[in-house]
Amino acid sequence: MGSEQIIFYILSFWLVASSLAMIFSRNTAKAALFLVLAFFSAAGIWILLEAEFLAITLILVYVGAVMVLFLFIIKMLNVDKSTVRAKFAVYLPIGLVVAAIIIAEMALVLGPSQFGLDVVAAPQRHSADYSNITELALQLYTVYVYPFELAAILLLIAIIAAITLVHRKETNRKKQSISDQVSVKAKDRVRVVSIASNAKGGE
Amino acid sequence: MVSLSDYLILSSVIFCIGLVGIFVNRTNIITLLMCVELILAAVNTNFIAFSHFLGNEAGQIFVFFILTVAAAEVAIGLAILTLLFRTRGSINVDVTSSLKG
Repeated sequence: MGSEQIIFYILSFWLVASSLAMIFSRNTAKAALFLVLAFFSAAGIWILLEAEFLAITLILVYVGAVMVLFLFIIKMLNVDKSTVRAKFAVYLPIGLVVAAIIIAEMALVLGPSQFGLDVVAAPQRHSADYSNITELALQLYTVYVYPFELAAILLLIAIIAAITLVHRKETNRKKQSISDQVSVKAKDRVRVVSIASNAKGGE
Repeated sequence: MVSLSDYLILSSVIFCIGLVGIFVNRTNIITLLMCVELILAAVNTNFIAFSHFLGNEAGQIFVFFILTVAAAEVAIGLAILTLLFRTRGSINVDVTSSLKG
């Protein structure tokens, strides 16, 4: 058993174990932390597949941004633990049956007889000066440049939608009303009063 | 050497774990969203494995876009969740059945 296989099985074990711990965890914050561990293991497997850029993106974007957002929301909403797990046991047998059927079917379809090493040979490893980012960028900025821009627009829409959804109408904030300021007349602001002058003057 | 079928079976196992998570955590929307993330990670592993073994970078480009869409999905999903909590005072799925006839 080569070192690649040992690394693969260690990472796979942690990926499967942390995923199982995530879905069976009673505490939502703990579940989010187990998902972080699952993402780290998945990133390791992606590095084993020579997708270094995506592996680092997974850690930076998912662990660094998305999971922190999850933890932030979990802590902010203060999820009630008792009501959350009410129907846990009811749907577990159905879920396990469905999962077992899917895994059995997938193992039959994707087994070593169809996708083994003698059918799909392992590719040659790239040399040390190979840059995964360069290869991705060459594709991304030439062939896939319009999907890339669409992705940027999608992110912009997501920002606007998220802000619009959670934005509250301000209640006690002082702000200018420009139209009122412009349309104000002099007689609304200045009142000319004539004060009876003191004829004798001086004191 | 690790074969392509090892990676594919691993990702189908992760996919099924995410599916079971959706079954057993039906009442908690946050865990549902996290299970969807797990399913997406399994799909991305499939894409990268095929990209590596077939020597084609297009699979990695697709993973890039899936990550983008998933990030947008999480942002909007959690915004809706916050809104739901503000109006209902709970994030239990059973509470949100007011449209049911």
